[in-house]
Amino acid sequence: MLTVIIDYDSGNLHSAEKAFQRMARETDAGQVIVSSRPEDVARADRVVLPGDGAFPACRAALAQGHAALYEALIEAVETKARPFLGICVGMQLMARMGHEYDPTPGLNWIAGEVRRITPSDPTLKVPHMGWNDLVIDRPHPVLNGIKTGEHAYFVHSYQMEMDDPTQRLAHCEYGGKITAIVGTENRIGMQFHPEKSQSTGMHLIANFLSWAP
Amino acid sequence: MLKIRIIPCLDVAEGRVVKGVNFVDLVDAGDPVEAAIAYDAAGADELCFLDIMATEDNRDTMFDLVTRTAEHCFMPLTVGGGVRTPEDVRKLLLAGADKVSFNSAAVANPDVVAQSADRFGSQCIVVAIDAKTVSPGKWEIFTHGGRRPTGIDAVEFAKTVAAKGAGEILLTSMDRDGTRAGFNLPLTRAISDAVSIPVIASGGVGTLDHLVEGVTLGGASAVLAASIFHFGDFTIAEAKAHMAAAGIPVRQT
Repeated sequence: MLTVIIDYDSGNLHSAEKAFQRMARETDAGQVIVSSRPEDVARADRVVLPGDGAFPACRAALAQGHAALYEALIEAVETKARPFLGICVGMQLMARMGHEYDPTPGLNWIAGEVRRITPSDPTLKVPHMGWNDLVIDRPHPVLNGIKTGEHAYFVHSYQMEMDDPTQRLAHCEYGGKITAIVGTENRIGMQFHPEKSQSTGMHLIANFLSWAP
Repeated sequence: MLKIRIIPCLDVAEGRVVKGVNFVDLVDAGDPVEAAIAYDAAGADELCFLDIMATEDNRDTMFDLVTRTAEHCFMPLTVGGGVRTPEDVRKLLLAGADKVSFNSAAVANPDVVAQSADRFGSQCIVVAIDAKTVSPGKWEIFTHGGRRPTGIDAVEFAKTVAAKGAGEILLTSMDRDGTRAGFNLPLTRAISDAVSIPVIASGGVGTLDHLVEGVTLGGASAVLAASIFHFGDFTIAEAKAHMAAAGIPVRQT
């Protein structure tokens, strides 16, 4: 079993690597590597797409900066139906469109668009930064054992607005609903950072590593 | 609901915790990685490493420290001290920091905040503001550990760096730092009201009520403290229980 965390020059992958490796060891889920090589993604059993920074920059870094890697990702997820996890902007890229700076197309895997967070209470700060409690909307194998009220660590100024509410698996409250977890078929995305979310995050990572959609 | 964060800060010099951390039975009270692991287990919401020497010679020590911490602690880590360029930010992020804090370099050239935020995203760019009261309701930025006045108004500077793309402000009152007399609440309130990004209150915590006041009166999104935790006066859990009893939303683990 091989899990590949895709490195397309977006953000810090060290902590994600260590967190996935630790949970892979504990659950006997095989090997976890960070790689920017298309051939590694082609032989991966699972794929993780992280992402930090702005939506258009991440999209360009992936689709233009690493075109062969991008093709391998599409092939792995769309054709071979490998389990996929997007984290933070990696989750946002699953949307149809992003509206950070300029309108930018996403991977179009989730029926939703990414827009700036506009809390109904104007005194609420943006970015939405810190620990917020999850409200589970729908059961999902990756959420097994995760209960409403558990906390996850968020850092973001944009969020996914859903067209299809059945694809939202969890949310949190911040002057309105913030999409926390999305999923469809073999694809799941987390707006928060599981690799920074202590025991709740480790639990989610372990579940992903054993998920057989 | 988003929770108010409690952040223990470790002052580090040449890879060692200054004065040590004595709240649990650490084998080596001066090892930042051991202290970080203990705070992780204790339910701290984030950690902050501040390199107080920050000479070029010991940068590699800091990178190594951050790398080792990130291998053991799956929680957010902010690193500051001696950060001057976007390249410094990149190196610390690659080592495993989640957020990187500018201080004097942002005062000298606020554009370095914009350059870094554009490249790495606002979410990982913190600006540390060290301010002193110069007259009632007036606060000035000081650099070089509070020794050098700049003539820059702290509230105006906070607005400037927020507009340049800072994701968070770490606000330290130099009047209060080390006094255990409580946060400078008017300063904290003024900055928190002036910017739309989160403000971490720092400097002066001596009691758990001080943490509460930083939020209720100062308007802070997070509270940072060092000695009350390092010396075992209070545990993170006690601090959170006290804040929760005062009606502040905290993450209790």
